[in-house]
Amino acid sequence: MAVSSAPGATPPGTMTSAAWAVAGALIAGAVLFIAIAAKAQDAPMAAHAWLFVFAFLAGVMALGQRHFNVTHGGSVADDGTGYADGVVKAGAIATLFWGVAGFLVGVVIAFQLAFPFLNLDTAFTNFGRLRPLHTSAVIFAFGGNALIATSFYVVQRTSRTRLAGDIAPWFVFWGYQLFIVIAATGYLMGVTQSKEYAEPEWYADIWLTIVWVVYLLVFLATLAKRKEPHIYVANWFYLAFIVTIAMLHIGNNLAIPETWTSSKSYALFPGVQDALIQWWYGHNAVGFFLTAGFLGMMYYFIPKRAERPVYSYRLSIVHFWSLIFIYIWAGPHHLHFTALPDWAQTLGMTFSIMLWMPSWGGMINGLMTLSGAWDKLRTDPVIRMLVVSVAFYGMSTFEGPVMSVKAVNSLSHYTDWTIGHVHSGALGWVGFISFGAIYCLIPWLWKRERLYSLALVSWHFWIATIGIVLYITAMWVSGILQGLMWRAYDAQGFLEYSFAETVEAMHPFYVIRALGGVLFLTGALIMVYNCWMTIKGRVRESEPLPASAPAGATLQPAE
Amino acid sequence: MAKKFSHATIEKNSILLLVLTLVVVAIGGLVEIVPTFLIKSTIEDVKGVRPYSPLELAGRNIYIREGCYNCHSQMVRSLRSEVERYGHYSLAAESKYDHPFQWGSKRTGPDLARVGGKYSDEWHRLHMEDPRAVVPESVMPGYPFLAQTPLDYRNIEGGLRALAAAGVPYSAEEIENARADLEAQATLDADTEGLMQRYPKAVARDFDGNPKMISELDALVAYLQMLGTLVDFNAYENTDFTQ
Repeated sequence: MAVSSAPGATPPGTMTSAAWAVAGALIAGAVLFIAIAAKAQDAPMAAHAWLFVFAFLAGVMALGQRHFNVTHGGSVADDGTGYADGVVKAGAIATLFWGVAGFLVGVVIAFQLAFPFLNLDTAFTNFGRLRPLHTSAVIFAFGGNALIATSFYVVQRTSRTRLAGDIAPWFVFWGYQLFIVIAATGYLMGVTQSKEYAEPEWYADIWLTIVWVVYLLVFLATLAKRKEPHIYVANWFYLAFIVTIAMLHIGNNLAIPETWTSSKSYALFPGVQDALIQWWYGHNAVGFFLTAGFLGMMYYFIPKRAERPVYSYRLSIVHFWSLIFIYIWAGPHHLHFTALPDWAQTLGMTFSIMLWMPSWGGMINGLMTLSGAWDKLRTDPVIRMLVVSVAFYGMSTFEGPVMSVKAVNSLSHYTDWTIGHVHSGALGWVGFISFGAIYCLIPWLWKRERLYSLALVSWHFWIATIGIVLYITAMWVSGILQGLMWRAYDAQGFLEYSFAETVEAMHPFYVIRALGGVLFLTGALIMVYNCWMTIKGRVRESEPLPASAPAGATLQPAE
Repeated sequence: MAKKFSHATIEKNSILLLVLTLVVVAIGGLVEIVPTFLIKSTIEDVKGVRPYSPLELAGRNIYIREGCYNCHSQMVRSLRSEVERYGHYSLAAESKYDHPFQWGSKRTGPDLARVGGKYSDEWHRLHMEDPRAVVPESVMPGYPFLAQTPLDYRNIEGGLRALAAAGVPYSAEEIENARADLEAQATLDADTEGLMQRYPKAVARDFDGNPKMISELDALVAYLQMLGTLVDFNAYENTDFTQ
């Protein structure tokens, strides 16, 4: 292995001065939150303050136990040399866990829209509180863990060096899980800023900022000590994702808390400016979290799995810079015909249309990487998943610019068409590229020759694909239907339909959509089973390993 | 003469890559967002828009807490069919004291920007208890617990103070009287002289029909009943709002 560790350091896992500093900071944090808990103005703040205290103390105990294990001759899982894959393994498992949780909540709220009695009419189970739970769980918990895990894996391999920091990567991982739990339990208790995909309140936002800065530092420090002269293209995208999300997160979450012991805050900016900043954030959560980050994933896992180089180096450069430049401008297309000034709407629309080109640049670069290896689509269901994800990416990045045109948007906005559009990207692109990456990673990380079953990957692929098709077609029909009904006039020149009539017309499509969600969730459960069996070291008996494969040939595919 | 530019320079320097990325992604936001703070015509000059009264603010916080924005917009677009369904298209001025904005992005239910006065308090009470009792086609969750939960307004001054820090023109007098104003507005036949002076057009009554308690439903209905009622559009020509 071309990886070295610092010579002459204290044994890995013991209490170095850095470890003492982390423990001290955690204890100080725990004391601060005990004070907040004691003076908490509302029940959610008290609950969350205790959660912070508990988590920080657990962190201190974990450090102590690690030290104890090493000094008392216990086995060391990670000797501080080689690649730091423990945190990647944890991230892969967290991705699977949060994926299932997020899809499940999605299915629940889809059924709530079809059958409203399922809201149970309690505070904790109504659609208004569960919907942010779903969106945050799939975007930040599932997607975020997939991004953190794969970025940690990819940056080590492509830089041929161990991840920077000893405790820092684990701090990023556990700190991020803590953020997820704070956000999720907050939604259920009614703690929300009401800004879409930025609902967590001020204290969760501050915590995420700390975690994210450490994430950026770990990533940068790893790049800085790389043994490859060039920074690989996947890392450009990961880096752009990390740094831009930091900018957006801070900008959109500026708020004034009621007091330091209250879970409630008020946004710093008012009305029209708040709306513009929210969609500057909201659209680029799509652009940089759900696109740039996952393009980083694409640029590593597709070439690796297909065993082909990236199609075009020049195209990577052109579409990287144009994508990140143009995406930022597109936010105002969420505010067409609103009280946002016209010039801003027009700018947003113009850049959204331009965005089509760099988006397809990424799609072409991903798809054409299969040149000379197209037969693998037939033989390798994991490649099929990765490639179809890029196809969905191409489809939804074409649909997006179309919907940003004001004339189209006047019909599509506020309807389910938007929901369908988001899900073709989220289920098709983000979901499938992550599934593909996880299917690659699990055998690589646990040093298995192969997945437990490739047939089950095929089942997952087809069941989930049918689910997506049901979902997005149902939403196209319901969205366009409702949009047309809202603007329909009768012969006398009056509006033809009451709002309630247009709601009634949605029912069959909401049922179909929920069934599509059930299929997608089913696929994910199959994946969890497959990954679990792989980690246990099983290979499905009816699918024996090819006898001709030399032992160990696929053990370390990244090298 | 400098060497011919090569992208390899950027690719070989992580800090340069980071800085250039940050510059490139900062431009679009700056160009679009900063002018909306500087150009005066962004917010129309209309009479009537005032900060929320304490009770309305408490109701708005419940609206946010329950995630109403997930299904209801508060933004009538400047399209014929919308104006005919909901009323005059929304002005930026109408949300100039909204921290955060509540324009929404999805209409699973109808727009609420001008719902104030459209239905009776009794309708809202029934609707929150069981939406399908008054709108059979509705898919809205019921919120029966709102009428049973006393409104927690122990720190309503804190809310006004935070909003004042964000630029909402709440006076010291308004902050000082916040609790009294809230109670006066939720009570039938209370002395509302101070309240009306501080918050013109405020409506004071027992919104939830239960005089024994100021409930969360009191606050929410008070908020819903004032939405879109502050600007008198009869006093303006459409051309007054063209930018």
